[in-house]
Amino acid sequence: MSPALPDGEPVPLDGALPAWVRPTAEVGPDPHRGVDPQLGVYVHVPFCTVRCGYCDFNTYTASELGGGASQSEYAATAVREVELAARVLDEAGRGGRPVSTVFVGGGTPTVLPVDDLARVLDAISGAWGLAPGAEITTEANPDSVTPASLGQLAAAGFTRVSFGMQSAVPHVLATLERTHDPDRVPEAVRWAKDAGLSVSLDLIYGTPGESLHDWRRSVEAAVACEVDHVSAYALVVEPGTRMAAQVRRGVLTLPDPDDQATKYELVDDLLTAAGLAWYEVSNWARTPEDACRHNLAYWRGADWWGVGPGAHSHVGAGERAVRWWNVKHPRAYAGRLATGLSPAAGRELLGSPDVRLERVMLGVRIRDGLDLAELSASGRTAVAGLVADGLLEGVAAIRGRAVLTRRGRLLADAVVRALTD
Amino acid sequence: MVHLSPTATTCEPPRAWSEPPLSPIPSAALNARIQPAATPPELLRNFCIIAHIDHGKSTLADRMLQLTGVVDDRAMRAQYLDRMDIERERGITIKSQAVRMPWGVTGPTGEVAAYALNMIDTPGHVDFTYEVSRSLAACEGAVLLVDAAQGIEAQTLANLYLAMENDLQIIPVLNKIDLPAAQPEKYAEEIAGLVGGDPADVLRVSGKTGAGVLELLDRIVELVPAPQGDAAAPARAMIFDSVYDSYRGVVTYVRVVDGHLSPREKIVMMSTRATHELLEIGVISPEPSPTKGLGVGEVGYLITGVKDVRQSKVGDTVTNASKPAASALAEYHDPRPMVFSGLYPLDGSDYPVLRDALDKLKLNDAALVYEPETSVALGFGFRVGFLGLLHLEIVRERLEREFDLALISTAPNVVYEVTMEDRGVITVTNPSEFPGGKIAEVREPVVKATILCPSEFIGSVMELCQTRRGDLQGMDYLSAERVEMRYMLPLAEIVFDFFDQLKSKTRGYASLDYEPVGEQAAALVKVDILLQGEQVDAFSAIVHKDKAYAYGVMMAGKLKDLIPRQQFEVPIQAAIGARVIARETIRAMRKDVLAKCYGGDISRKRKLLEKQKEGKKRMKTIGRVDVPQEAFIAALSSDDSGKDAKAKK
Repeated sequence: MSPALPDGEPVPLDGALPAWVRPTAEVGPDPHRGVDPQLGVYVHVPFCTVRCGYCDFNTYTASELGGGASQSEYAATAVREVELAARVLDEAGRGGRPVSTVFVGGGTPTVLPVDDLARVLDAISGAWGLAPGAEITTEANPDSVTPASLGQLAAAGFTRVSFGMQSAVPHVLATLERTHDPDRVPEAVRWAKDAGLSVSLDLIYGTPGESLHDWRRSVEAAVACEVDHVSAYALVVEPGTRMAAQVRRGVLTLPDPDDQATKYELVDDLLTAAGLAWYEVSNWARTPEDACRHNLAYWRGADWWGVGPGAHSHVGAGERAVRWWNVKHPRAYAGRLATGLSPAAGRELLGSPDVRLERVMLGVRIRDGLDLAELSASGRTAVAGLVADGLLEGVAAIRGRAVLTRRGRLLADAVVRALTD
Repeated sequence: MVHLSPTATTCEPPRAWSEPPLSPIPSAALNARIQPAATPPELLRNFCIIAHIDHGKSTLADRMLQLTGVVDDRAMRAQYLDRMDIERERGITIKSQAVRMPWGVTGPTGEVAAYALNMIDTPGHVDFTYEVSRSLAACEGAVLLVDAAQGIEAQTLANLYLAMENDLQIIPVLNKIDLPAAQPEKYAEEIAGLVGGDPADVLRVSGKTGAGVLELLDRIVELVPAPQGDAAAPARAMIFDSVYDSYRGVVTYVRVVDGHLSPREKIVMMSTRATHELLEIGVISPEPSPTKGLGVGEVGYLITGVKDVRQSKVGDTVTNASKPAASALAEYHDPRPMVFSGLYPLDGSDYPVLRDALDKLKLNDAALVYEPETSVALGFGFRVGFLGLLHLEIVRERLEREFDLALISTAPNVVYEVTMEDRGVITVTNPSEFPGGKIAEVREPVVKATILCPSEFIGSVMELCQTRRGDLQGMDYLSAERVEMRYMLPLAEIVFDFFDQLKSKTRGYASLDYEPVGEQAAALVKVDILLQGEQVDAFSAIVHKDKAYAYGVMMAGKLKDLIPRQQFEVPIQAAIGARVIARETIRAMRKDVLAKCYGGDISRKRKLLEKQKEGKKRMKTIGRVDVPQEAFIAALSSDDSGKDAKAKK
């Protein structure tokens, strides 16, 4: 989660959802018509042992945090938000669904004892129930897990682990200020698999000083782990990070977008050859079942509740939706919940133009693409040109969907602008 | 220029001419002898001040206004005469005006003689040569004012020549003698060498401290000849300035040569034969004050109720309708625009505002001409003709400042006469009108340029003039260290950044003056700039064929840096007709995607997208290429080309 919270309107102290996302009698006899059958929960764990130089996420090391919001009390606070969430969704007529995905991210969730993660998961299960075959993921650092801890996670109900591998090359890891030993990754993957967990690896390309050869080594190392899911992200130097300061001082050079494009093509080639297919701009999976269902819910505009400091949530009904976000600091977050108040800091109500814009913006990123019927008339007139320019798949367009070509994936933002003109 | 509007709140209300606050005239009887419409010509002195920008003319004028009692200290505003903001900020005077001041000269026996002095302010810049010549024609004497730390400059020299040609009595004065850097001996020598006489006769003053100004006023009375004219003849008055005022209509400044003009009588403009009633006639001292008329040798203003300065043209002769004069004082010339530029509003919806603004400025500026034009790149705008570069700059600045417009101006160009092989002649004021097909000859305006500079820079100046197709006509040493160089130059070569280059090559010491002297045939071609095969009209230029390649390379290179990468490759070509002379390529953009887009990124990303879409609306699309407006502005500005030229050196 990005720490820079958007500007929004205030949220009622009890966190009540606006009436307009409440399914009404007019929508028909089925009270849940227009309500996505899926409900996801994101849990943000805002703690790390060390902060990496490129990281702008809402996370704190023990020394940064100071007193007042200790890691040991985090689970109890998060459970309080889950209870509040259950109440708020019920009151808005949007509860009553079992949770189909849970994603615990950070931060480094695995700096918490497994018992704490299990407590939060139990609370979620107790509030809504878990759908059969629910996907329960946690992020983890390769050096913060052991065979035992992974076994405990599986026993607690987790089905999937996503390791922050980032690179297999020591000097690249050093620039990123990642502390793990690259040799630890294949081991951690093996332990996770042995524990019965699905495994995903996260990679970062375009780090200052990373050669094309370095990047190939990293991708090949990930492939050698024989995982079923890989995410690869271009490094973005976010303002306010230590890395941004290093760029400003001339210690590091900004990533070159052309170099990143070449590296994107390389990772796509290597993963495809290894039997993984892209299903979102930055994500590859061995089979459609291996795709991260929680993340797909973001791109498909489903409902999810974000638990934790700075976490974002989204609830929508047809062309009406609301996004809100929690206060950023763990201490403020804990304080709100301790006094029975909603931790939400602000929200924005999305009307139909916003919802439609988001639908194009997000829908076009995934392999299934976007139904051309969702585009405006002027957006549809741009399709032919985008096919001619090699940015959209021609065959898919004829079949009524906007699906990015590989060049189109690299220019996805330009495609979205053209489709939403 | 005088505003008759009540907005000049810092001034006292206009007071009668007979009640000066601190009059230099000791008695009412004496004062009666110099009343407007009743002053014998022998008690009048009409003079102007010739000076370079920054040499302190306005400050000196301020001191004179104080010493003659027409402005008291409290009402004194620095540079009282320069009313417009731009003039005040730049320290230059754009429009001339005339102020009547009483002055008493004490004779050897201690008795005081009263005189009325008319100080006629002249524009200091070459763009306004015609106006300068008319204001000089209204005077019998000229104060040549030179900065004692800088010496005479080329523009001053040009105006001095004009004054001497008009037989004006020259009173040389060194100003700013209070400055530590002043070198009065050295420059007195230089001036005496130019105007004749003894260096000791060059007066030394300080407009700032007031030192020497009393002596200067006495010297004016002593040396400037009294005006002469036939009081019994039909009136003949020369218009030397004409200003539009939103409350009173056009205010016309005249110098009466013969006869008498009276309030309420009918007058005739001799060039147009148009008849007007004199609603008001008066003098400025320093606020306008109505009088019983104006007689021989007097200087003042007329109001007839006309609304457009074109109905009251500088250089025209005014006469009585009942008893018209047989011949005008001088032949009247319409001002001729020499430099053209396209002016476009940054925001296309401001086009009507720009049109109204130009219509308003035109009321006050007889030299301003314009007509609508359309540019593929810049949208709707106007092609505007100017007297010269300063005129262009002033008009542009007034449009931006007084009408709150944001404007793009295209690179200035001159007027070309193109003769086709079938003998048809086309006048080109915009490079995009330059014809294709068989051209027999292209003619361009040429100017005679005078450059004054320290002799150590002769080499660099010659080098610059040669690259601008200049032809050296002659060179004279004004002193051991200062030289005057005379060049014939195509006007087109100096309208774009010549002066900046001259200044930078001479560390700011050179000064320039030029006057049009006709036209010449030249090997000129039009270079077009094409973006993905589409011509971008705003960047077409008419250049000498030897420079076409350099222009093409420079412009293509500039655009390559300024236009953002697109999803496809964009070739930029410079071409003469169908022949491509330079080419650059903007490589296709390869990556334009936010790699991560999860829950918390979505609001941020949607807002970014909305912003990008807003930005796209402000882009101009040439063919399929989106070009930000800033790229056009940057490409049209001279800054980079100046840097390039320096880099090549």
